[in-house]
Amino acid sequence: MSALRLATIAETVFILVVMIDFFVLASSRLKAAIRAVAAQGALLALLPLLLAPQELHVLHVLALSLGALLVKGIAIPWMLGWAMREASVSREVEPVVGYVPSLVLGGLGVMLAFAFSATLPLPTPERHPYLVATSLSTVWTGMLLVVSRKKAVSQVLGFLVLENGVFVFGLLLSDFMPWMVEAGVLLDLFAAVFVMGIVIFHIHRTFSSMDTEKLSALRD
Amino acid sequence: MSHDLARAGLQLALLAVVPPLLPGIVSRVKARVAGRKGPPLLQLYSDLARLCRKGEVKSTTAGAAFHLGPVVAAAGALAAGLLVPGPGSPALLAFRGDLFLLAGLLAAGRFCTVLSALDTGSAFEGMGAAREVTFASLAEPALFLCLLTLSRATGELSLSAMLGPALGPAWALWAPALLLCAVALFVVALAENSRIPVDDPTTHLELTMIHEVMVLDHSGPDLALVLYGAAVKLYVFGALLARLLLGGGGQGLLGGSLSLLVGLALFAIAVGLVESTMARLRLARVPQLLVGAGVLSLFAFVLLVR
Repeated sequence: MSALRLATIAETVFILVVMIDFFVLASSRLKAAIRAVAAQGALLALLPLLLAPQELHVLHVLALSLGALLVKGIAIPWMLGWAMREASVSREVEPVVGYVPSLVLGGLGVMLAFAFSATLPLPTPERHPYLVATSLSTVWTGMLLVVSRKKAVSQVLGFLVLENGVFVFGLLLSDFMPWMVEAGVLLDLFAAVFVMGIVIFHIHRTFSSMDTEKLSALRD
Repeated sequence: MSHDLARAGLQLALLAVVPPLLPGIVSRVKARVAGRKGPPLLQLYSDLARLCRKGEVKSTTAGAAFHLGPVVAAAGALAAGLLVPGPGSPALLAFRGDLFLLAGLLAAGRFCTVLSALDTGSAFEGMGAAREVTFASLAEPALFLCLLTLSRATGELSLSAMLGPALGPAWALWAPALLLCAVALFVVALAENSRIPVDDPTTHLELTMIHEVMVLDHSGPDLALVLYGAAVKLYVFGALLARLLLGGGGQGLLGGSLSLLVGLALFAIAVGLVESTMARLRLARVPQLLVGAGVLSLFAFVLLVR
């Protein structure tokens, strides 16, 4: 396949990733949101393959892509789904910031990211003009989700989206980074979600709800 | 000269005659998906003829503005139809900036519909009017952003030019952005024509109606005008979308009208499929959908400008 075709596919992947950001910001159904984040992780797994420079070692690229697919696309969404069933929540009723305002904020963030990412000074030339913009928008979306949602599962989802953004940015530097570092980051993420799963379980058992606002109330 | 006349005549004839066919296709598709036989395709034509022969019943509180709604809505939709390129590239009416006139004409029609709904003095109609205006104020920015994106992608300011020959090169360059734009435009079309995820045109449960509740008091020829105006509005949006997705339309008069008709039929089928596979959204969720469409077209615009 020619380099041009690959660039077009990569462009489509970047746009889909941003669309999934919007979808997660707007959806109140946790199951749909978890599926969307899983799809985003799987899409991200395509990127190392699509953006790989010709002279790079195949093993590194494959490991990066497979690791992302397994961890982001399969393992973590499965765990979240388990946490959701265990705590028997299916939807977030009222987040701190409503769905329409958070969509608008997300749209603004994406707009700013796409408008200004070209002017950022980067240590290496971008592999794709949308790379940094997509990464910044996804990080922004993740931060919005972490800050503006009440339910613990949604916050973990936000954390995952944020990490997806960081992963995209990491692709910029993947030539210089040994893949052990990437593997370490992925493992960190895995461990973090694991810990959060336990935390969710405990919040649920103590308060019989997963509203994190209740954590600020003092109790014996 | 005679060629121009023939083209104008054909465009006018299509605009005048085709619209009532679209709701027929939509309801036929819905019936087929549900396993029913459905009304005949030309049902709306006979409905219109029947209504035109009837007399009219008017609320005692209704004043002069009552007749304004149906007339201005139908006339505005027809005038907007003149701006949208039919077969052959320039529409009957084309000038730089006519995209603003398109939105303005549709808005004027809606304004007068709301006015005539308020003029009946019924509390129900006021409720419908409030809903209509609320959702319209959210759909309008999305529509403008779509048109702005199209204008930016093609570098043209007139609907005929940006949905005409300039569209092919634009698709080659900006395919993803234009696709996002088309999706947003489809959502706006569903909302503007009170179609299912936003409003159910067949419901007669007053508490959930939006557009239907505003026209409850109209009868006879007025109701015929309301139905006809709504069909023309559907035609306008269908023609916009067909042009956008088919990349400028076919060659010549015959090819142009064929591609337009096929595009319109596909649009009506898509609307019918959406209507039969989706449930109506709760009223509180509609703004979310419309803002989502707006954000999509904003994203498309940003992709173009950067």
